[in-house]
Amino acid sequence: MDSFIPNRSAMDFDYAHYMLTEGRKTKEDQTPCSSPAKEAYRKLLAETLNMNRTRILAFKNKPPTPVEHFPSGNSIASAHPAKSAKLRRHIPQSSERTLDAPDLVDDFYLNLLDWGSGNVLAIALANTVYLWDASDSSTSELVTVDDENGPITSVSWAPDGRHIAIGLNNSEVQLWDSTSNRQLRTMRGCHRSRVGSMAWNSHILTTGGMDGQIVNNDVRIRSHVVETYRGHQQEVCGLKWSASGQQLASGGNDNLVHIWDRSMASSNSPTQWLHRLEDHTSAVKALAWCSFQSNLLATGGGGGDRTIKFWNTHTGACLNSVDTGSQVCSLLWSKNERELLSSHGFTQNQLTLWKYPSMVKMTELTGHTSRVLYMAQSPDGCTVASAAGDETLRFWNVFGAPEVAKAAPKANNEPFSQLNRIR
Amino acid sequence: MASRTVAKDIITLRGSAAIVSEFFGYAANSILYNRGVYPEESFAKVKKYGLPMLLTQDEGVKSFITNLTAQLSEWLESGKLQRVVMVIMSKATNEVLERWNFSIETDSEVVEKSVSREKSDREIMREIQAIMRQVASSITYLPCLDEPCVFDVLAYTDKDVAVPFTWIESDPKLIANPQMVKLHSFDTKIHKVDTLVSYKNDEWDEQ
Repeated sequence: MDSFIPNRSAMDFDYAHYMLTEGRKTKEDQTPCSSPAKEAYRKLLAETLNMNRTRILAFKNKPPTPVEHFPSGNSIASAHPAKSAKLRRHIPQSSERTLDAPDLVDDFYLNLLDWGSGNVLAIALANTVYLWDASDSSTSELVTVDDENGPITSVSWAPDGRHIAIGLNNSEVQLWDSTSNRQLRTMRGCHRSRVGSMAWNSHILTTGGMDGQIVNNDVRIRSHVVETYRGHQQEVCGLKWSASGQQLASGGNDNLVHIWDRSMASSNSPTQWLHRLEDHTSAVKALAWCSFQSNLLATGGGGGDRTIKFWNTHTGACLNSVDTGSQVCSLLWSKNERELLSSHGFTQNQLTLWKYPSMVKMTELTGHTSRVLYMAQSPDGCTVASAAGDETLRFWNVFGAPEVAKAAPKANNEPFSQLNRIR
Repeated sequence: MASRTVAKDIITLRGSAAIVSEFFGYAANSILYNRGVYPEESFAKVKKYGLPMLLTQDEGVKSFITNLTAQLSEWLESGKLQRVVMVIMSKATNEVLERWNFSIETDSEVVEKSVSREKSDREIMREIQAIMRQVASSITYLPCLDEPCVFDVLAYTDKDVAVPFTWIESDPKLIANPQMVKLHSFDTKIHKVDTLVSYKNDEWDEQ
């Protein structure tokens, strides 16, 4: 500021007054020399100076207390001791487990890793989908597709943790039941080329293709295409529904991010986007809806952009942009803390943990020797799996100790459970 | 045509009170939505001030805010409202985490001599729009409210107002050692409203 212009209303005189009178009172009360006379004088002074000029009023009836909707809200009683423990949290610098992932397709635009609510990790290696059960570390093969249909270009668990969608290079999408290892249906004709991104919203499977199309498929009905979203000119490589199921974020190779609103969707004509976000200067695959702030979206740009941006999806305003110095392949919000994890390419091939909103780097995890293309978070929110171009799958205990996980009821981890309860 | 435009730019005490109390209604809804005090699903979108605004559909919250704006409007018309404060508190501990402070300066000449002032609706709306945008983007710097919260509204009035039957006197619910951010102001030429948000320091960032 070049000049000092006093603005009375901008200053919090309440606070000043509090510090001069009330704030001191507590201190005085503690000291033995505080006499009744002194107290009376203070009261008289306060009255003469200010007190009788204003009256502070509030309604007798208070507004209704909100129903609890915070995933971690169940541990209010232990919130304070936990808080001090949080600050000293130890983050292991090396991966706790490394698995081979031979033939993992090194393609930025695909989504080949997903960790379902049933605690089973699905990974697509060339033409085959493997399932790794995290509760007993057992591996099984779900399906191998023919050479002319493959490779597999995306996998996505349904919210129930039992059904899984598989996107193929030949533009088809298959739906499988993982418990019986049985294929339920094949959805054809929604895309003209490979399906690299998918996202579930209860029984709606949203698919994004290399043709720039985004399609909502109702997996329960024969003519499964219920809505289309047209706005991308090039391959759609990132798709994420918000936890409430109201908004869909999509990122494309055309450097665009779109926010689509569920309530604006119509079955007759392609839906118009709610916001078109044009600030990234490279392909946007990394998208993550904040777990504790409902209208906050984080997006990460590819090699030419290297930034993580934060958006208010209600207004479309860019709230912050941070240059990470390297390609952003994937983003995950912590389910337990105000933290964001990003995975990167050249030069470090690292995972970076950021404190939000200050965006202070908390730690960098290295170990991968090629770009970290895909990340997935365990249902308890503690462990992160990362798959990289070096054909390894690594597990990191980055988001806190497993004890915290046990405290959180499992039902909360399902993204749409809250919605089901309300309706 | 010309006379109509002129007529539109005249603002009376009553009209000003209506604009300001309506502003409080929308601002309260916007704060509750953007700060996640109530779940996202309990809000519906409407168009207002040239922006998409969200209004609560929760009957309890709705009637609280309606009763509030009705009373504020009455006080604004008598020129006795000095300030409105919305406080967000921890549900568990009742600790005040955030304090949205709207200070009001009333042109006393308008109240005493019931004259009117001139300012276009359009200009006032533009000023309010700027504040609403700031409220929506405040989530960038305000610490996250990662515990269930409740809210309350305090009205600072002149000492000589009769306390309505449904209201009680309250303490100011201050935050010790707060961070403060001043937002835009708007002015109807009769009521000038300054907005300031104060909040509890984020413990992590201090280290």
